[in-house]
Amino acid sequence: MTKVVLTVDDSRTMRDMLRLALAEASFEVVQAVDGVHGLEVLSQTEPDVIITDINMPNMDGFGFIEAVRRDERRRGTPILVLTTESDAAKKQRARAAGATGWIVKPFDPAKLVDAVRRVAA
Amino acid sequence: MEAIRATFFQECEELLADLETGLLAMEEGQGDSETVNAVFRAVHSVKGGAGAFGLDGLVRFAHVFETTLDGVRNGELEVEASLVALMLRCADRLSDHVSAAKVGESLDPDGDQDLIKQLEAFCVAEEAGEAGELDLPIAFAVVPLSIGDAPEAFTPLVASTEAGPAEWRIEFKPHATLYANANDASVLLRELARLGELRVELNADALPGLDTLDVFGAYLSWTLWLTTEKAEADIRDVFEFVDGDCDLTIRGPGANDTVDIAVTSTPDIGDGDRDLIPASAGPLEGEMSLQDLLAMARGASSDTAEAEAAAESVIATEPRVLKEPSPQVSESANAPSAKSAGKATDVAQPTIRVDLDRVDRLIDLVGELVINQAMLAQQVHEAGLARSGNIALGLDDLEQLTREIQDSVMAIRAQPVKSVFQRMPRLVREVASMTGKSVRLVTEGEGTEVDKTVIERLSEPLTHMIRNAVDHGLESPEARVAAGKPAEGVIRLAALHRSGRIVIEVSDDGKGIDRARVRSIAIERGLIEPDAVLTEEEVDNLIFAPGFSTASAVSDISGRGVGMDVVKRSIQALGGRISITSIPGKGSTFTLSLPLTLAVLDGMVVSVGDHTLVVPITVIVETLQPKPVDVRSLGPHATVLAVRGSHVPLIDVGSAMGFRPDPASGSGVTILVESELGGLAALRVDSIQGQRQVVIKSLEQNYDQVPGIAAATILGDGRVALIVDVDGVIALRRQTATRPTLLDKAS
Repeated sequence: MTKVVLTVDDSRTMRDMLRLALAEASFEVVQAVDGVHGLEVLSQTEPDVIITDINMPNMDGFGFIEAVRRDERRRGTPILVLTTESDAAKKQRARAAGATGWIVKPFDPAKLVDAVRRVAA
Repeated sequence: MEAIRATFFQECEELLADLETGLLAMEEGQGDSETVNAVFRAVHSVKGGAGAFGLDGLVRFAHVFETTLDGVRNGELEVEASLVALMLRCADRLSDHVSAAKVGESLDPDGDQDLIKQLEAFCVAEEAGEAGELDLPIAFAVVPLSIGDAPEAFTPLVASTEAGPAEWRIEFKPHATLYANANDASVLLRELARLGELRVELNADALPGLDTLDVFGAYLSWTLWLTTEKAEADIRDVFEFVDGDCDLTIRGPGANDTVDIAVTSTPDIGDGDRDLIPASAGPLEGEMSLQDLLAMARGASSDTAEAEAAAESVIATEPRVLKEPSPQVSESANAPSAKSAGKATDVAQPTIRVDLDRVDRLIDLVGELVINQAMLAQQVHEAGLARSGNIALGLDDLEQLTREIQDSVMAIRAQPVKSVFQRMPRLVREVASMTGKSVRLVTEGEGTEVDKTVIERLSEPLTHMIRNAVDHGLESPEARVAAGKPAEGVIRLAALHRSGRIVIEVSDDGKGIDRARVRSIAIERGLIEPDAVLTEEEVDNLIFAPGFSTASAVSDISGRGVGMDVVKRSIQALGGRISITSIPGKGSTFTLSLPLTLAVLDGMVVSVGDHTLVVPITVIVETLQPKPVDVRSLGPHATVLAVRGSHVPLIDVGSAMGFRPDPASGSGVTILVESELGGLAALRVDSIQGQRQVVIKSLEQNYDQVPGIAAATILGDGRVALIVDVDGVIALRRQTATRPTLLDKAS
């Protein structure tokens, strides 16, 4: 039962690292480069968990989470936000937008996988 | 991980370029909020990636920079010229950090201090804001900010000295917001069960009847008894994401260790009718379903009917679990999902990265294909087959295809010159500030594409030329004002395609070349005879002579022992040429002309004496057979040709190349060519064999540079032919008289 994780991040480095860490934990990884693209990908795939960055062009993480939560079918999809320690206020904002949890950057692969497992049903 | 590291530095380069572009736009007052956002994101992403690779110095500096940019983004900081200038310098510094990190070094953090102080000076307001954040409710200080990192902060609260497992009593009542954010009580219980033995008691008293039940409401609460060796911090970690979205009371084994004030009834530890959930039980290993949990909850509840109602309510509260879990997951693991994943990646990045070696191998092969196709065509021709025959027609198609393949392969290596041009603004800023000049850099034609190798090797000569232009070309602001010019000098950097080559111009609006001084220096250095008669152009070109440097005092900037002669050599090595035009008081323009690709060219195959030569088709204007009357002598060695009312120099290729001592008289064909500077010249050859595409084989790499010869190629019949460097031949003409046997070395 492979679980599918959608990662949304505009940084290629970050996408590669997410892919590497998640793939090693045998998740299936689907990737998108920004919020708009993330929604496009969501129309074609059913991720078990979504991980999203906040600072992105076109549509940022907040906008993306709100858009996902507006979708009846995605109300229960766990969304983790990639954030930095300094962003306590941002964390609150992400939660207000409907984020399930967060991952602190720079992340340790083990902790990333742990966080995904923690929210995955 | 190495691959990701490479990606990171590659991405950094792009981000730093974006950063600079954005800052420059802000400098010119064009920075809208999207520009500011992009600039912020660039620094943010560099910082994020750097953090992952443990580049602490880089992260620290980027963080201060990012904080300032965040202030700008939030409108807390005014975008003023001095701030943008400071940020440009920070961008440079950031770029230095990245470069250092790339080679595994790190910069001295002291070097950052000055910039950091200046940034912080701008951020006083911002700092106050951050300090305010620390006064936020205690929850922020208590909630672990990173997964699993928090324990240290909590150790003092825990009776850590106590050996062996302890039992914790946890009261947990989710709010509706917990479910709204896709957190799940069952998942939280599952996670708790991982920590040790868990007993679960469901309280469904608050559950209303179905008629009044709000499906998004939260009605259930749980009392949990967890026997674990883990610390309280670990238990709290489980609830990290739901902090504030639930009522949570955790009570430790000893009353003194209690952290929460809310005290409920003491747990009835010895109560035997509660099920113990062993932590090691199979279903708990990450796959415990809600049903299992509900079963446990049911077991824990004394009233079965109530439990069933509770189960229903949980299902109702979370529409997601109404779906059969297993089909859903297996479906998503199937091929369609994988396909869509691949498709998604395509949309995101319509590019693939390929090893350069592979592309070069492909280019080599295509080159061989072209030669092979030419040989085949020649053999068919020699076999005397009809031109209209099927074989000949098939060959035509083959030639067409070969050409298309070749163009496509070449296009793979083509890149816009932007990547080189982008480095120049910084250089101009640095040199300008060092020399105390005020300079504006204007770039044009950044999208002009050229072979990757050419681009890579263009950077250094271009850097040197720009440096020279600022340092030597432009006057000091005072001198400019005195000369009636604006105090700010302009350096123009332009790229364009011209006749199958790429031309790059570096011009300044400075004082132009001081010919008298150039001349006296050249005489002083023994480069020319004191009484030599030179045209203005020839004087200007003296600056390319080895060992020439006009700076009377060797300056920090240009005087690094590298003269324009080195620039010229590196351009020549690329099969390019460099020339200069200068107008005293108005400025100078350096013109670089480079081949678009280093691999193929369309050429006219001609015979000169016993030799077969190839003239690049791009320089040929027309071919003609002049009447003897149109050819006129000019001095003892030179001849000119009258072409439609004007005279152009007539060069006998045979004698210019040293194939024969004297120009062949009478017969022959004349090819009218255009030189790099736009002037015309006529080349006399014996006959024209035809036109074909040839694969360039470098002479420099395999032999040595030969004046007048650009490269060599292999013809269809297997013979080697030399490719004529037209401008080189024109330049040779002047020297023909003194050095008649130029090809001695080559023959």
